[in-house]
Amino acid sequence: MLSRLSRLGLPTYAAIAHASLAPIVTHYSTAETDSFRVHEFSEKYFHHRKNFVSCAQRIFSGMLSRLSRLGLPTYAAIAHASLAPIVTHYSTAETDSFRVHEFSEKYFHHRKAQFTEKMTLIDPLHAPTIPIYRVTDSTGKFVDPSQDPNFDKEFAIDVYRKMSVLEQMDKILYDAQRQGRISFYMTNFGEEASHIGSAAALQDDDLIYAQYREAGVLLWRGFSLHDFINQCYGNAKDIGFMLEKIWCFKNDDTWKELSVAAGKGKQMPVHYGSLEHHFVAISSPLATQIPQANDDTWKELSLAAGKGKQMPVHYVENGRIVVVYFGEGAASEGDAHAALNFASTLRCPVIFFCRNNGYAISTPTNEQYGGDGIAGRGPGYGIKTIRVDGNDFFAVYNATKLAREAALQNEPVLIEAMTYRIGHHSTSDDSTAYRSADEVKIWNKKEHPIARFRTYLIDKGWWKEGEEIEWQKNMRKEVLTAFSEAEKVQMLGPHEMFEDVYKTKPLNLIEQQKQLDEHLQHYAEHYPLERFGMMHQKD
Amino acid sequence: MPSLRTLKLGVQLVRQFHPSTKQLATFTFSASKADPSFGETTKMNLCQAVNNAMDIALKSDPSACLFGEDVAFGGVFRCSVGLQKKYVTLNFFVSLGKDRVFNTPLCEQGIAGFGIGLAVAGATAIAEVQFADYIFPAFDQIVNEAAKYRYRSGGLFDCGKLTVRATWGAVGHGGLYHSQSPEGYFAHTPGLKIVIPRGPIQAKGLLLSCIRDDDPCLFFEPKMLYRTAVEEVPIGDYQLELSKAEAIRDGKDVTLVGWGTQLHILMEAAEIANEQFGASCEVIDLKTVLPWDVDTVAESVTKTGHLLVSHEAPVTCGFAAEIGTTIQERCFLNLEAPIMRVCGWDTPFPHVYEPFYLPTKWRVVDAIKKLSNF
Repeated sequence: MLSRLSRLGLPTYAAIAHASLAPIVTHYSTAETDSFRVHEFSEKYFHHRKNFVSCAQRIFSGMLSRLSRLGLPTYAAIAHASLAPIVTHYSTAETDSFRVHEFSEKYFHHRKAQFTEKMTLIDPLHAPTIPIYRVTDSTGKFVDPSQDPNFDKEFAIDVYRKMSVLEQMDKILYDAQRQGRISFYMTNFGEEASHIGSAAALQDDDLIYAQYREAGVLLWRGFSLHDFINQCYGNAKDIGFMLEKIWCFKNDDTWKELSVAAGKGKQMPVHYGSLEHHFVAISSPLATQIPQANDDTWKELSLAAGKGKQMPVHYVENGRIVVVYFGEGAASEGDAHAALNFASTLRCPVIFFCRNNGYAISTPTNEQYGGDGIAGRGPGYGIKTIRVDGNDFFAVYNATKLAREAALQNEPVLIEAMTYRIGHHSTSDDSTAYRSADEVKIWNKKEHPIARFRTYLIDKGWWKEGEEIEWQKNMRKEVLTAFSEAEKVQMLGPHEMFEDVYKTKPLNLIEQQKQLDEHLQHYAEHYPLERFGMMHQKD
Repeated sequence: MPSLRTLKLGVQLVRQFHPSTKQLATFTFSASKADPSFGETTKMNLCQAVNNAMDIALKSDPSACLFGEDVAFGGVFRCSVGLQKKYVTLNFFVSLGKDRVFNTPLCEQGIAGFGIGLAVAGATAIAEVQFADYIFPAFDQIVNEAAKYRYRSGGLFDCGKLTVRATWGAVGHGGLYHSQSPEGYFAHTPGLKIVIPRGPIQAKGLLLSCIRDDDPCLFFEPKMLYRTAVEEVPIGDYQLELSKAEAIRDGKDVTLVGWGTQLHILMEAAEIANEQFGASCEVIDLKTVLPWDVDTVAESVTKTGHLLVSHEAPVTCGFAAEIGTTIQERCFLNLEAPIMRVCGWDTPFPHVYEPFYLPTKWRVVDAIKKLSNF
């Protein structure tokens, strides 16, 4: 059909589709090493839609014929077949020109409108599945060497260390919760590469809005182990230095003083936030952060210019973008729809980074959506989209870098990182109640992002098996030290509870604080005051 | 450019929801006088006063943005007329010219979320929700996010520069979804400020205060007053203090408290009560529903010994309940009669029964009589 259409010299739907699909299907893999993932992704994430791991960014014409010579049911071939029914007939009659022109301009914003006389329901099951961009295979080898971002040794080792510190911190804090030392925890097991890979491809002052399972992003930016653990304890060293004082922050000492002076302890564990690291405080309601991330005014809320004043106007060319992370479950919230649509129409410089890890607590993806994952929605909103292998550090890194360039041109981008939640949803969840331990084991063994990256380091000769044991030991010691230090720090006094509701405390809160004081004077022995600092009067 | 169809739709909506004087037979607007220190004045209705306040906000603050459904062509109530054209920032995006005053997709949770994001980044965000009845899709963003941003981050992040404007209250024939007064729902949310003006002078001064306040504000505009309320409004830049109630009529027998359109009902009722049975009523405009000015109300009740609170919203759990309880705690020894509430009934807001639903001046007069004779 394609050749016939091009003989007619018309920019038909199929021909355009053909051209646009070409770049992403240049390479595909049937290697034995990928069979587990291809099978898992097809079954678990795309509900038996056939999926291919591809290497993007190459344009290749004449591909279709080569592929069909190979006799493979390729992505493009499927696409071609599914589009065929609706382009069999089309109209160029003079009488239609007004409508075709109007529809194209007014309704599809210069996307070309076409008529067809063939009545066909578009069947999503026969539409192509967006392929998964990967750079290395499961053994950590580059499939297409041109996709190697060529990291230097120092950078690569830093990446590895950050990923494994995250894993180690998770193990220790998870156990701490089990022992009742902190109230709650959520691990990041299996998703380390998507955190560090995306964070490493960003500018460190790009603003981050996160869901809760993105601790690696903060870790990459230098949020210390102490910061993490203090937040989980909600002690007096918990995050925070006052906004008004940022401008006077000149050297490290001043900052530390302020940091200690303004701990808060108001949110549950893992609800991190840091102005210094351009990481907006996490909140529990899912997806609420997604439309919030559609701001493009972000500019000088940085340490140097601070003060929250003198903000620039909309669409500032400030060289920064916003990145918002969310899971595939959160993508079902109305706020996700709001955000994608707003970003598209208002042209916001934002990257939507979806972590598709197969589960929202106990809910598998076939009960979460019926379409082609989350990436399948991007084009419907007019948003540039890519799906990546989330366990492949290099794929996440490359895709995020490319997305960042687009976002800087006020082109929002959706990235869907395919990964697997190896840990339980949280410490309040036992995932064996809804999935088999074997399934978890096989992902942990076959597809672990950290192990995959370690293979790369070993192949390069930058890391030796022997180093691993020593490194693990030291890292564990470091986490445990930070942990025992945090445990000794008291909470702030209960007056802190009344702070920051409003910028200045209203009369009713001043009154209620007094009522609490009076009550505690008489009933102090019934409250855990020994764990809390002195009453401090800020007013 | 908005299409002709959009323009027509807008004008239709304006006509539909701007009450004519005929429909307002039960209602007379009591004009106020502006503080002379605010300088030169000119005649403005409430629409124009809101437009003027936003004009000043956009002019005085280069980060200020105004957005919502249909605000670009002037808004379905004409509150943003002329502003998009006036505020175009010259930058690489100039071809669209929509970076200060712009339309959003039709999605309230998106509008609120987007506004919070702007404010978190330090810009001044003025979001419009077309009718307060449609603010509920944004309830989560306002209550769980906007209100708690500063608190939950220990002051690291806040969205204090967010103001959500919404048209509010009865309009004569708005039925269930063009009449609601949802302030009670939000008043249960620490971290928010809720402000409702009674006329153009108040609207301009209070809106400018909300826009410049460091906490997220909900600003409800009584749509009944958009065109019918005309006052001499100062043309300059002025602000009125938030959380400050105002006694707009002095009296010694009964304290009447209300806000928005209901203030004018209370003023009329006070006049009638005085003429009919010589009750001297003090009328207080609460203006800020949260955090509210307990002292001003308590001081008045200490003097009069009688309190009547009136609002259009349903009576059960309406904000009158909060005022009543607090004043009962503060003024127990001064109260000479039970506190009275004259409010909407506990029904959805009806269409043809509106005259019977509203807390009319006659229901207020009757309550004053009962209070006086207790």
